[in-house]
Amino acid sequence: MDIQQSSQPTAAIQTNTPPDKRRKWLRKLYTQRHIQIMALLGIAWMIIFNYIPMYGVVIAFKDYDIIRTISEAPWVGLEHFKEFLADENFGYVMRNTLGISLLKLATFPLPIIFALFLNEVRSLRFKKSIQTISYLPHFLSWVVLGGILATWLSDIGIFNKIFMALNLIDQPISFLAEPKYFWTIVITSDIWKELGWSAIIYLAAITSISPEMYEAARIDGAGRFQQMWYVTLPAIKATISILFILAVSGVMNSNFDQILVLRNSLNDSASNVIDYYVYYTGLSQGRFSYSTAVGLFKSVIAITLLLIANQVSKKLNDTSLF
Amino acid sequence: MFLSSRRTKGEVVFDFVNNFGMLLICFVTLYPIWYVLINAFNDGKDAMLGGIYWWPRVFSLENFEAVFANPGIMTAMGLTIAKTILGVVAHVFFTAMVAYAFSRRELIAGRFYIIMGTITMIFSGGLIPTYLLIRDLNLLDNFLVYIIPVLFSFFDLIIFMTFFREIPDGLEEAGRIDGANDWTIFLKIVLPVSMPVIATIALFHGVYQWNDYFAGIIYVNKESLQPIQTFLYRVVAQSSSNIMTTAVQGSAVTKTVTSQSIKLATMVVTTMPIVFAYPFLQRYFVKGMMIGSIKG
Repeated sequence: MDIQQSSQPTAAIQTNTPPDKRRKWLRKLYTQRHIQIMALLGIAWMIIFNYIPMYGVVIAFKDYDIIRTISEAPWVGLEHFKEFLADENFGYVMRNTLGISLLKLATFPLPIIFALFLNEVRSLRFKKSIQTISYLPHFLSWVVLGGILATWLSDIGIFNKIFMALNLIDQPISFLAEPKYFWTIVITSDIWKELGWSAIIYLAAITSISPEMYEAARIDGAGRFQQMWYVTLPAIKATISILFILAVSGVMNSNFDQILVLRNSLNDSASNVIDYYVYYTGLSQGRFSYSTAVGLFKSVIAITLLLIANQVSKKLNDTSLF
Repeated sequence: MFLSSRRTKGEVVFDFVNNFGMLLICFVTLYPIWYVLINAFNDGKDAMLGGIYWWPRVFSLENFEAVFANPGIMTAMGLTIAKTILGVVAHVFFTAMVAYAFSRRELIAGRFYIIMGTITMIFSGGLIPTYLLIRDLNLLDNFLVYIIPVLFSFFDLIIFMTFFREIPDGLEEAGRIDGANDWTIFLKIVLPVSMPVIATIALFHGVYQWNDYFAGIIYVNKESLQPIQTFLYRVVAQSSSNIMTTAVQGSAVTKTVTSQSIKLATMVVTTMPIVFAYPFLQRYFVKGMMIGSIKG
């Protein structure tokens, strides 16, 4: 335990024999009893809502059912993991999870590009207005956005009207009913919703760049693209690294809120991701142990990816989360 | 910001193209929202013919009348408002309280507490263990399931803690000399000077509370305990139109209202509070995002 030197005036006794030390410690504990209570309320919450479910993960290695308690359930080792790996759904669930996630990861540079170009807008007022407008979709719920998309992507929706008018398609397509369009819909709607919001941190980082840097670059004859490339981008490199590590560690999270709204039984072969599979097998089929095992399998991959990304970033440019 | 105002020809072209691109992004961002608005303000039966792209063709408020006259939708709205207000107040107060304790450097075992919290950001029990816990706590089909399991967030604690550590010590010292205990200092001195960070966390959590539909799906069966987003989800994603049909039939203005037009009007009603609130809170959350990204 870390007992720091307190700044408060301590008792006059300075001899540090063990009983004195303990007395001093107890005294210190007593003077900070109020903040200890505050802290311990938080710790109690974490134990109940974070640590008990973490312990609950053991049911992935057991045969749990609702009539028994977790400790009564018999151990089955890696049975459920083997079952998942051998399951006919394993292949396409993994393919969908990784496919959607990697495509989303590929859109990682877009908010940076948006921030770079927004930074080049000369009118401050125009810049602020665009920024405010660009945040707006972030505040809409996926349910509402899902409702808009369902209307627009239906066979009588606006997209079909446009594509028909442009002669891109011969007959109306019900886009959400076709698996092959699902990934495109997911990626595009995600960009639409989060582009402006994801750019916040980059824009904030950019505002801290000294104007003299740009001045100097211009005197050296740098154009606008060169200023972006040689001044702005290097200045926000650390921010980019940190956010990239976070993005990599989130690869296994395919944004369940979004998928759940857009998926349906017709596009299942392209929309069934691990998170949905966990939800479906766990809560609809009641296979608690199996579902937990699948969720744990996912977490292990996610944590491994986080560690790898962190290490790589540390090696490459000395930036890391921990 | 730029001292030299002379622009080369290339720069003029660049600015033109850039501004045009930005306008295009604004249009693409705003149009879907505009589309929902104009269709919600259009006569429902007429809207079924399609072709409403820029302005309502047959202006009508009946969709909204039907929404406000529907007891099911109104219950869900009321519940959402209640859980958002209570949830935000409880979450902000509780998380700030714990963060205040954690921010005090003399806190015995403080380092250990922070490590415990950091672990919760990396590992989690996942869906089923959490569900089983909620069940064992008797929170299924209970209003408190929207509040207690999200009472605290270690990520938000970090944002609070970073802010609290910046508060000059003299301020708290002055309180202590006046004989105030830590609770009084937290409530009367620390919280009042922390409004920017409180606004940030309140907005983040408020948006979460307002927009979340998942808790309503997995933890709640009772229809009276269903938030508006869960209600909308059932209508949108599962197209369980019987809810809507009853809404249509229940309304006095059946002639012009359709399930689609009620859906759009409900979407407008659900979304408007946030759309009007966030621009005013913008300067706070930009700062909050920065603290979160540096420390998180």
